[in-house]
Amino acid sequence: MSTKEEQTLFDASEITVSMGPQHPSTHGVLQVKLKLDGERVIDAECVIGYLHRGVEKLGEAQTYGQFVPTLDRMDYIAAVSNCLGYCEAVEKLLSVTAPPRAQYIRVIMTELNRITSHLLWLGTHAIDLGAVTVFLYCFREREEILKIFENYCGARLTTHMFRIGGTQYEIYDGFQDQVRVFVKDFPKKVDEYETLLTENRIWIGRTRGVGVISAKDAIDMGLTGPSLRGSGVEWDIRKAKPYAAYSDFEFDIPAGEAGDTYDRYMVRLEEMRQSARIISQAVEKIPDGPLMAKMSKIIKPPIGDIYHSIESPKGELGYYIVSDGSTQAYRARVRPPSFVNLQSLKRMVAGHMVADVVAIIGTLDIVLGEIDR
Amino acid sequence: MADEQKDSQQPEKPAEPPKPAAPAGEARAAVPKPPPPPPGAKPAAPAAPPKPKGPQQEPWSSPLVDAIKEKFGGEFIKSYSFLGQNQIVVKKDRIAEIMTFLRDNDIVPLNYLVDETAVHWPKTEEFEIVYILYSHAKNERIRVKTRIKEWEPIESVSGVWTTADWLEREVFDMFGVQYLNHPNLKRILLPEDWVGYPLRKDYNIRLQDVEWVRKHLGIDSGQKYYVGEARHEDGGYVTPSD
Repeated sequence: MSTKEEQTLFDASEITVSMGPQHPSTHGVLQVKLKLDGERVIDAECVIGYLHRGVEKLGEAQTYGQFVPTLDRMDYIAAVSNCLGYCEAVEKLLSVTAPPRAQYIRVIMTELNRITSHLLWLGTHAIDLGAVTVFLYCFREREEILKIFENYCGARLTTHMFRIGGTQYEIYDGFQDQVRVFVKDFPKKVDEYETLLTENRIWIGRTRGVGVISAKDAIDMGLTGPSLRGSGVEWDIRKAKPYAAYSDFEFDIPAGEAGDTYDRYMVRLEEMRQSARIISQAVEKIPDGPLMAKMSKIIKPPIGDIYHSIESPKGELGYYIVSDGSTQAYRARVRPPSFVNLQSLKRMVAGHMVADVVAIIGTLDIVLGEIDR
Repeated sequence: MADEQKDSQQPEKPAEPPKPAAPAGEARAAVPKPPPPPPGAKPAAPAAPPKPKGPQQEPWSSPLVDAIKEKFGGEFIKSYSFLGQNQIVVKKDRIAEIMTFLRDNDIVPLNYLVDETAVHWPKTEEFEIVYILYSHAKNERIRVKTRIKEWEPIESVSGVWTTADWLEREVFDMFGVQYLNHPNLKRILLPEDWVGYPLRKDYNIRLQDVEWVRKHLGIDSGQKYYVGEARHEDGGYVTPSD
């Protein structure tokens, strides 16, 4: 904490507080400089870049295939989504389509990953706001999914699940049963979290009316994902521009109304149920066939550029790839949802209490690895 | 830089002829054949075969494009579709006006700026600024591209979409593009005192590394570095939109 020299206790109308980068509720190394009037926030500025590793530069220095594991390190909570988006972008540029079997495995894995991401968000968000119990329940279910990941590809977080052109690994024996058991029980578990939070007076007090953003503002600020849907915009890339095999499944897009922290919480909970619904449909009808599309082993896309985006748990995760016809991308741009979403923090926290800043950072569901890249 | 490229390509060395523009499929299929042609036919080869190969830019037009032509006449350069993705190329001078028009028009209201980024083309000393726009109402995504010289500033669109604030700061941070009328144009991911713009093709990573080690650790890192080498200096840049 730093105060201006000339200010004393009595005329200290404005003080500047630096929150982070080492602060548990900033979920990584985010620094927020807050300008305060008493306990009320007047203005906020985010200082980011502490985790910058030059992912986009690495994308220019590595071949298309080599770059994929690097991407898992961006949003390490939802590594499968990162991988899917990039693989599909390169496939699009190559005019290759992954075989149906691979598409289904991709959908199952990505949706399982969406659940882990939302569970981690729910657990930490609840801890930030003082509800410790939820965290333990969330991690119990998350562990089940991570076990499935581990059985499938050997890794739990940085999974490198897919390859350009399909998937490398065949699903293991008992995979379908394990997934079936999980998605059958999971909606009940979500109800369990709800009993702890949804009608909890403290929870409502901490989240209702906090960090309100209107639909118009949300679009202007480029918000995507649950943060946008919380404001009542029913827009999901899985429906708007279906990719992988999403057009084969039935699911709803939950949306809020008020655009506050509570609505975003409800949206994410419902999304978990919908993900379970997608998985239960997909796991029953995984088609037979090859896992990889027929393509040359050396990936050399034609000259040109492509933009492809997917609905990651955080929002629109896009890849803009410019190819010069060589084995390495000429430009590999990542459109990170967290980066764009975090920008709206400034507008959301204005006028709120310091304690609400924690709630708002939590509700945006940011991952610093993705923001800083 | 040239050295680095060699390093990263080593795992795939057997399949990599030194020709940058060789068509992928053909070269793979006939691995033993190519060796004879290179000495004599090298300049002719890249010119002829690429045309029938791979996806091509297709002419594309829509009521929105016609509206831009009508309203901004001389600013409009071309519009095309590549792999089903629609793109509009405009001149840079009235970019903010064009963007405001794209956002507010009734034909396809592109109300959401998905991404703004840049691509460096050192051969022509240009930056290509790419705006990816989306319309929630029409479910349409369009890319708008414009080119500026490396030393030229460009109008900021942060007044049109607030999203552009950070996105433009990142482009400034990584490429050194100067935006006019930007509310807060400073580095965002790199520290304030960083020298150079990393995503430029002529950015010398090794030199930067050596200097950092010298400055902060007070020793020589022993890394070899080259001065003024870009990745495809000799191979020639190929521009997707040309």
